[in-house]
Amino acid sequence: MTGKKKFIVALAALYAFLGAVTVLLYVVLWTTLAAEEQRAVLRILHGREGIIIFIILAALAAMGLAFEYLYRHYVSAPLRLVEKLGVIVAADSKVRLPQEGPVELRALTAAINQLADERDALKHDVQEKIESAKEAIEEEKNRFAALMSELNQSVIVCNVDGRILLYNNGARRMFRVEAGPARPAGGSLVGLGRSIFGILERSLVAHGLDRLRQRLASGDAHPIAHFVTSAQDGQLIRAQMAPVMHRDHNGTQEVGGYVLTLEDITQHFELENQRDMVLQSLTEGSRSSLASVRAAVENLLEYGDMEPAQRDRFLRIVRDEVETMGARLDKTVNEFADALKVRWPLEDMLGFELVQAAQQRIEQRLSLLTKTEEVDEELWLKVDSYSLLQVVSYLAARLKDEFQVRELRFRLSSAGRLVHLDLIWSGVIIGTETLVAWEMDPLTAGGENSPLTLREVMERHSGEIWFQRDKASHRAYFRLLIPAATAPAAMPPLSLHGGGRPEYYDFDLFRQTEEYSALDDRLLSQLTYTVFDTETTGLDPSAGDEIIQLGAARIVNGRLLRGEVFDCLVDPRRPVAPESLKVHGITDDMLAGRPTIDRVLPDFHTFCEDTVLVGHNAAFDMRFLQMKEGRSGVAFRQPVLDTLLLSTIIHPNQESHRLEAIAERLGVNISGRHTALGDAMVTGEIFLKMLPLLQEKGIRTLREAREAAERNFYAKLQY
Amino acid sequence: MGKTILIVDDEPNIVESLEFLMNREGFDTIVAGDGEEALQALQSQVPDVVLLDVMMQGKDGYEVCRQIRATPDWQQAKVIMLSAKSRDTEIAKGLAVGADAYITKPFSSKELVQQVNKVLGARP
Repeated sequence: MTGKKKFIVALAALYAFLGAVTVLLYVVLWTTLAAEEQRAVLRILHGREGIIIFIILAALAAMGLAFEYLYRHYVSAPLRLVEKLGVIVAADSKVRLPQEGPVELRALTAAINQLADERDALKHDVQEKIESAKEAIEEEKNRFAALMSELNQSVIVCNVDGRILLYNNGARRMFRVEAGPARPAGGSLVGLGRSIFGILERSLVAHGLDRLRQRLASGDAHPIAHFVTSAQDGQLIRAQMAPVMHRDHNGTQEVGGYVLTLEDITQHFELENQRDMVLQSLTEGSRSSLASVRAAVENLLEYGDMEPAQRDRFLRIVRDEVETMGARLDKTVNEFADALKVRWPLEDMLGFELVQAAQQRIEQRLSLLTKTEEVDEELWLKVDSYSLLQVVSYLAARLKDEFQVRELRFRLSSAGRLVHLDLIWSGVIIGTETLVAWEMDPLTAGGENSPLTLREVMERHSGEIWFQRDKASHRAYFRLLIPAATAPAAMPPLSLHGGGRPEYYDFDLFRQTEEYSALDDRLLSQLTYTVFDTETTGLDPSAGDEIIQLGAARIVNGRLLRGEVFDCLVDPRRPVAPESLKVHGITDDMLAGRPTIDRVLPDFHTFCEDTVLVGHNAAFDMRFLQMKEGRSGVAFRQPVLDTLLLSTIIHPNQESHRLEAIAERLGVNISGRHTALGDAMVTGEIFLKMLPLLQEKGIRTLREAREAAERNFYAKLQY
Repeated sequence: MGKTILIVDDEPNIVESLEFLMNREGFDTIVAGDGEEALQALQSQVPDVVLLDVMMQGKDGYEVCRQIRATPDWQQAKVIMLSAKSRDTEIAKGLAVGADAYITKPFSSKELVQQVNKVLGARP
């Protein structure tokens, strides 16, 4: 009821009440009068009816006005205040109550305004604290993520069910799948929420976990388990396993997951093998030759009376065997030079970068000018960069201090398995004995001391250093001979959709224990989804239309993972219809030579294993997938959710449920539409926005969502 | 009657020296260039001692020794293994398959002759 209506009703009620009371009082008064007195009163009133009615009306009007005044100030005004207060509470906390009305009300509004001010200040404070806490957490998260992704080792963290909660770049690279005939889409086997058992033998991991538990039980606070296993393509992997402790409701500690540090030891192993082979070839080969030599020589010595021809034969045996041994030694050194290298940790480094670092160091610490000439930028070195830099700046410092050299130039050139690093200066010639003396002194330069000598560092590198003159140009140089390394194979970065750091970890997965509830009864917010989309040659799979592009991304714990995507073009073995070409712009040329659908689908099947499929108008895409079941040998039996149907549940009164329309309604930015992956991404984002809206409708579990979608679908059909 | 020695090695240079040495020490010698040849030689004449190289292409010394010990007619032949393999495990294996002695290369001629005489003298 509006204020005005309320007021009229209240006024009418007042008048009725006053009238009733007045009439009642007069009736009572009337009954107490005697008959004559009644007559006397009637006589007095007779002829004055007009005045009486006027007085009554005037009194009523006066009372009405007074009532209106009171009502306006003490009823309407507070009511208005309450509405305004509602705005302050719910919508705009900046609004304040106006100072109006009677004194009492003013005092009240003043008090309320003050309260509102205080509330604002408090809110602001809390907000600020939250912001700064968030920032700190964000910073920590970024630092952590950076640390993890820069780590050389592969690290994977799993919960006890073997679901991956965290991984780093190293792990992703270790288990990357090259796009090839077997796996057209490429990608990696590592992904958030995926099972570790896709990578490592289940029984090995279980055994490791058992051992960890045993050690914990026997009082070892930091147990570690090791195992070696081979991965899918023959890599040899050494794994170290450490538990992540978890406190349950009762406060007892138990293993909630584990950290796996993985190392690809295939190369180590090969190197060890090589060393073994070197050792064997040297010892056994040499023993045989030595035996022949010794036997021949002993015969010669013992039986001096032998025939000259026999003596010659023995002598020839000795010569031949010694030659064989020499050749064997040369061959071994050449073939196994790398395996025989000293075990000092030398790292592969671009020679050009070493020169740059040396220049910077010399210029900054010694204020000596440096230049480069002919630096081969492709050369890789096998060096301990720290000690080698010390050597270079040590030489520079002595040249500057003792021979007043003003400028130093660098040259870097290849010499077979070795590299020449030349330090060149002009003018002063130093004696070879000077260098010999320098070689034995500890390395000191620019205030930095090292216990090592120049000689020791060169020996560590199996290198050499000498002094050389270039008489023609009046220049001299030190030549450092250091081992070359082969350039590491370029690692193309894993393709990422969109920018930003990929999502490498999700600790909320720790709390997920899938074994307790079947998929159908789990909360929508907890499920893992694969959002996918296809582009096709046309609209009718039964008439032979085919998939030409398949794109998908994963949603884990309410996050769309842009780093773990499936994106693949497919050769349909038939032309693309012109109408479809207009939509997606994929031409026949782009598809020629791509893998066919029966090769792509098994991969996609692996990609979306154990997840719920989500698509827009998913029935269309599913029909294409199901048509291929026979040929590809994989069936997609997992639950499917359709964002189109879900949209009809959430917004039954809207006309359009096209992807663009939904995206606009839900405030999702559209980019990269009409590529399968682009559409899958948009679908994923709108799906995430739909989850809270579904919850408002009481749809929380997968079962509820599927049933509601089915109902809506049949309701649509009945129209 | 002179004792016969079968020399089995696939390296002609050592064979030459061994043959000369054994002849000078008064033994008759037969030479085999690999395991198969050795077994053939054994079939036509059972020697008193077999100087057996371990590492040979095809049938190696271990295999030849095992067959000698598995053939009843050849039991009188003593086997001395000559090998560049010098690990404990390899020596143990040689003795386990039935060798009477195991000598690692390079060896001294004197010792070899002593060893040959020893296995012959130890004959019951």
